[in-house]
Amino acid sequence: MREGAAPPDAAFALIAKQRGAQRIMALSPAALALGLSAGMMLADARAQEPDLAALEHRPEADHALLLRLVEACERYTPMVAPHGDDALVLDLTGCFDSLAMDETGVLDDLARRLSRLGFRPLLACAATPDAALALARFGKRSARELPVAALGLGEDAHLALKRAGLRTIGQLADRPRAPLAARFGKVMSVALAHLLEEQDRRITPHRALPPIWVEQRFAEPMATVKPLLGVIEWLAGQARDLLVARGRGGRRYEVSLFRTDGHVARLAVDSGLPLREPADVVRLFRERIESLADPLDPGFGYDLLRLSIPLHEDVSEGQERLDEDSSGRPDLAPLLDRLQVRFGAESLHRFAPRDEHLPEYVDRLVPAASWPESWPQPEAGEPPLRPLFLFDPPQTVTVLAEVPDGPPRRFGWQGRQHRVVRHEGPERLAYPWWKTVEATGPTRDYYRIEDEDGRRFWLFRHGLYGSEKADPRWYLHGIFA
Amino acid sequence: MFDSSRFKRAASLVQASPKGWPDAPLQQDGVHEFYAAKGSAQGLGQEQDSAAPLALALLCAVQACRAGEPLLWLRLAKGKQAQQRPYAPGLVELGIDPAAMVLMRLPDLQSLLRAGVDCVRHGSAGAVILEMDGRAPAFDLTASRRLTLAAEQSGTMVLIVRSGADPAPSAAHTRWQVASAPSLPLPANAPGGPVFDVTLLRQRGGREGLNLQVEWNRERGTFQDPTFGRAPLSGGRPALPAVRTGDAGRRSAA
Repeated sequence: MREGAAPPDAAFALIAKQRGAQRIMALSPAALALGLSAGMMLADARAQEPDLAALEHRPEADHALLLRLVEACERYTPMVAPHGDDALVLDLTGCFDSLAMDETGVLDDLARRLSRLGFRPLLACAATPDAALALARFGKRSARELPVAALGLGEDAHLALKRAGLRTIGQLADRPRAPLAARFGKVMSVALAHLLEEQDRRITPHRALPPIWVEQRFAEPMATVKPLLGVIEWLAGQARDLLVARGRGGRRYEVSLFRTDGHVARLAVDSGLPLREPADVVRLFRERIESLADPLDPGFGYDLLRLSIPLHEDVSEGQERLDEDSSGRPDLAPLLDRLQVRFGAESLHRFAPRDEHLPEYVDRLVPAASWPESWPQPEAGEPPLRPLFLFDPPQTVTVLAEVPDGPPRRFGWQGRQHRVVRHEGPERLAYPWWKTVEATGPTRDYYRIEDEDGRRFWLFRHGLYGSEKADPRWYLHGIFA
Repeated sequence: MFDSSRFKRAASLVQASPKGWPDAPLQQDGVHEFYAAKGSAQGLGQEQDSAAPLALALLCAVQACRAGEPLLWLRLAKGKQAQQRPYAPGLVELGIDPAAMVLMRLPDLQSLLRAGVDCVRHGSAGAVILEMDGRAPAFDLTASRRLTLAAEQSGTMVLIVRSGADPAPSAAHTRWQVASAPSLPLPANAPGGPVFDVTLLRQRGGREGLNLQVEWNRERGTFQDPTFGRAPLSGGRPALPAVRTGDAGRRSAA
């Protein structure tokens, strides 16, 4: 099934090093025709076929390729799952109407697209994923013709069945089930029921199923990016009807662009408030498309565009437009959404308080979309006791101070000496011993100081002189206004 | 709960203007630049005090924002600005509510200017602060003109804080030079509230070169003469009027 850079009719092998020997993992169809088999040593195979080309076997690249095929197959149904190393399962239940094809139509279309990509797919359609997989793998037309190996119960069970003269699933199906289950366990009857399409099994799709999605198929592939936004707006209009019917609004919109050659591009936008209006959605996607580092490449054209809303939440009714509020200023949320789409969510923040002991942990930055939290009031009548800027990490400074615990008289920072004119302190902050196992650490003595130019700094001595450290260091932790 | 409305009301108190001092120096729909003053002569490098101009810009911005109006603060995510991070408890201590603020950290100056124009043009914020370090060649006359037009159109106050740069021509409405000034000592010679040394370098169609020292009064939400209500140190100088003067609700348009 897999074909690389070599021409399809060349004989080559994919090899991997196992226990010091080059072992063949897979063979091209031409090499198989020469009588070679996977699992042989490369040396043995070369003894038989001296010209056999050998390429490195890269299972992770195979898996990535398989996942790309999963994406490409999502054009038929969102329920697509990889199976093992070399198979895909598509759940087409309820998809034939929207595809305007029947079973054979889908199989033909899939075969055409995959062979265009250079694959030789084995395709089969059945009522259960196990039956379809077995039919495709063993190339049979009905489940009864399948060999017992299709059960996938392991070599021992298959050998035992063969010794009992049972070679096909059909022969097995004609037998009473109870003795089989007694001999081979319950797995046997379950596997048999799956193969005979008596009992269905759900597949877990590779991508979580979006709760709301709408799509548009194009009769002719769309080879330019320009009309995309128009289509997105039209789809967003359809999505709005679905959202309104459920009383919801979308927090995350995702567009999947299926290219005719199987490539799928995905664009997603997030919104701080639930959105419904197509105009708002399109504005975000316009930002997104403009801010792409490498622009969209339509190649031979897109033939399917799907808009899905993976994340949505309740909208209180009557909140149809959010543009105006009572103050006459427009709402901030659309602006934040746009900036977020263009510059990334990690660039926008709000401050949130945290109940911590050490000053550098008292505040933290949270995403701008989070709800603003209230802050404690400063103590009336006091000057600012905390700096406007904090150094992260604190800056090392050289300090002239009286021992053991006198205030700083003079300090050097960035090659400049500052004479301390006014000071207040120390404000002693103990090491948070309740948080760590060691339970000890240096105490910090903080001083608010002002130099002769009127600049105000926040210095601390790291460790108590003598008892905790022989020569405690000083740090500049912040600057006041 | 942080109650900022108390400060807002106090900020609109009518204050006596010093002679020759503009009535409402910072117009709401204008662009205002705050330059850090050069370090004192004994300084070895070009070390500058960027906290003072930024604090003054923040305090003016807070006065310009009505209750509930957000304040946007745009800075760079690299270089000097990445080492010095804004500290929310320090904002609280100045009487600024961090909950009303959105902080944006951008990768480079071009993005900062682009995002700044977007924020100003949108008009949803009460004020937008752009913090720049160094010479900032991308912030040229065109860029500042773009910001000015956007500010006039949307009525958003734009405050540009620059350190490590010499004052350069721009389309700003006012240009200030700001440095920290010695505070009035509290008992036991403790440093007092923030005092700024403010010089008006340029004002469109107004007087220039005015200099005075102002102290921020957090409880009243206004700037005041550092000697106000205390023993005068160097002659009685009235206060710098608050951003919004006159009747409470009206925006001052200069």
